[in-house]
Amino acid sequence: MKLITAIIKPFKLEDVRKAIGEVGVQGVTVTEARGFGRQRGHTEIYRGAEYNVEFVPKTKVEIAVPDSLAEQVIEAISKAARDGKVGDGKIFVLDLEQVVRIRTGERDASAI
Amino acid sequence: MSTLLRAVLFTLLALSVPSAWADPPAEAAAASTAASAPAAATAAAVAPTPPAPSSSQPSVILNAQINSGDTAWMLTSTALVLMMTVPGLALFYGGMVRKKNVLATLMQSFAITCLVTILWYVIGYSLAFTPGTPYIGGLSRLFMNGVIYVKDIAAVAATKDTPAVQAVIGKVSVSHLGVTIPETVYAMFQLTFAIITPALICGAFAERMKFSAMLWFMGAWSIIVYAPVAHWMWEPGGWGATAGVLDFAGGTVVHINAGVAALACALALGKRVGYNKEPMAPHNLVLTVIGASLLWVGWFGFNAGSAGAADGRAGMAMAVTQIATAAAALAWMGTEWLVKGRPSVLGIASGAVAGLVAITPASGFVMPTPALVIGVAAGVICFLAATSLKKALGYDDSLDAFGVHCIGGIVGALLTGVFASTALDGGQAGSVITQLQGVMATLAYSFVASYIILKVIDFTIGLRVNEEQEREGLDVSLHGEHVE
Repeated sequence: MKLITAIIKPFKLEDVRKAIGEVGVQGVTVTEARGFGRQRGHTEIYRGAEYNVEFVPKTKVEIAVPDSLAEQVIEAISKAARDGKVGDGKIFVLDLEQVVRIRTGERDASAI
Repeated sequence: MSTLLRAVLFTLLALSVPSAWADPPAEAAAASTAASAPAAATAAAVAPTPPAPSSSQPSVILNAQINSGDTAWMLTSTALVLMMTVPGLALFYGGMVRKKNVLATLMQSFAITCLVTILWYVIGYSLAFTPGTPYIGGLSRLFMNGVIYVKDIAAVAATKDTPAVQAVIGKVSVSHLGVTIPETVYAMFQLTFAIITPALICGAFAERMKFSAMLWFMGAWSIIVYAPVAHWMWEPGGWGATAGVLDFAGGTVVHINAGVAALACALALGKRVGYNKEPMAPHNLVLTVIGASLLWVGWFGFNAGSAGAADGRAGMAMAVTQIATAAAALAWMGTEWLVKGRPSVLGIASGAVAGLVAITPASGFVMPTPALVIGVAAGVICFLAATSLKKALGYDDSLDAFGVHCIGGIVGALLTGVFASTALDGGQAGSVITQLQGVMATLAYSFVASYIILKVIDFTIGLRVNEEQEREGLDVSLHGEHVE
């Protein structure tokens, strides 16, 4: 199983949600995040005091998938989240050791 | 009591309802109740006179002499100026601090409102607004002793053919500074000024002062610094008023006074941990704009209410206040746009406050066009004070209490000397030299006295929270509360 973590631009969330739904993903966790890669932040000025705000608001999307579905999900996210400009984000794929459904105690394949 | 006097009192009673300042004509006695028959029988051609209020100290007059228009306006003004502190100033400052300190900042304004109210009632009002010496008032109004609104019963003796009657006379005390309104209203109106002045100082020590130390400081300051300065400038026998210092609504008494005390605080407490290194941006400018708006609206009570009457002077004060404020807001915004490249929300709100501060001493003495000039001057100068001056001198006046209130107050006080118009009803001739005397005396006294009070408190219980408390945030460390 894989844990796919995608950092995307916040306004792309709806597109990504639809896209992964179409390839068969049924659950997702979404977090508000801040970050930067090559994207520039911005400058704020309060009564003459300048603040360089480097962090840019992002959305983190985490999905647990069986190995067979991983590549399709990566493709789906990439296409849906792409804006073509610096700051589109990244996808990290981690090996997922165990998954447990809390309500029933099911494990691994039957828990995703 | 003589029969004639009783007749006089009875006639007054009969005619007290429709108007104030009524010198009841003798023939009207015939139109009143049957019980006035003794009055009609014995009233001579003497027209009765209501007691004249004193112009040098509080006195007692009849309810009938109170002007309801003036009183209605002054009641309203009192509410407006109270609103300026809670929640106006509270939100204005609250939005500008980091979220971890917002509750503590609101708490300061709220607690000062409560504390100063009690101190004012106990001794502050007496020290400020009773004659005393040119430097401080007396203790005649301790615990607001003598501030009355009472019923008096006078017995009208029976004549041979009619029964005895009791006349009820309403009496109320008035301040010599507001003879057409009840003294309670005057005292409460002035209280709202006594409240906001110390609350302004909080801007200097935001995010690092101990709550207990702040309470001690503000309590002492209210009695030792505010009351005397108010007495100097507003009590007719005060040296400032006698010398001709013009301060219509508190440019010196409130803003320069609080502003320079704020500087003393900034110096005595030192800079915030991480100042100039870590980000300390305002956490919610929505609160700040709401606060600034409440300050603006409330300021009509502050300036127009200082006319003490519902009249043309109040109207002119309102008009010049509005013009100066708008001009200052645009001037700050424009300057910032030019110098920094973008107009900011914090800038326009700060500019408006700077304009309000500067027009305060001038509001009863100047015409609209000079008000525009005062506004523009305040907008530009306070912008520079809050940005460049602070950066150059290196003190941490966190929310620019000195930069906006002290500097703005000085600009306003001096320009009042320039623009004061004798053509205005109630206007007086202005002199920049005289204004400067008032400014310098206040700067010196307030700074030194504030600094001494601070050092005494620092020596006993300490002024600042420790670094860990400052890092964690005052909301949690001082009050055990937080905002999500």
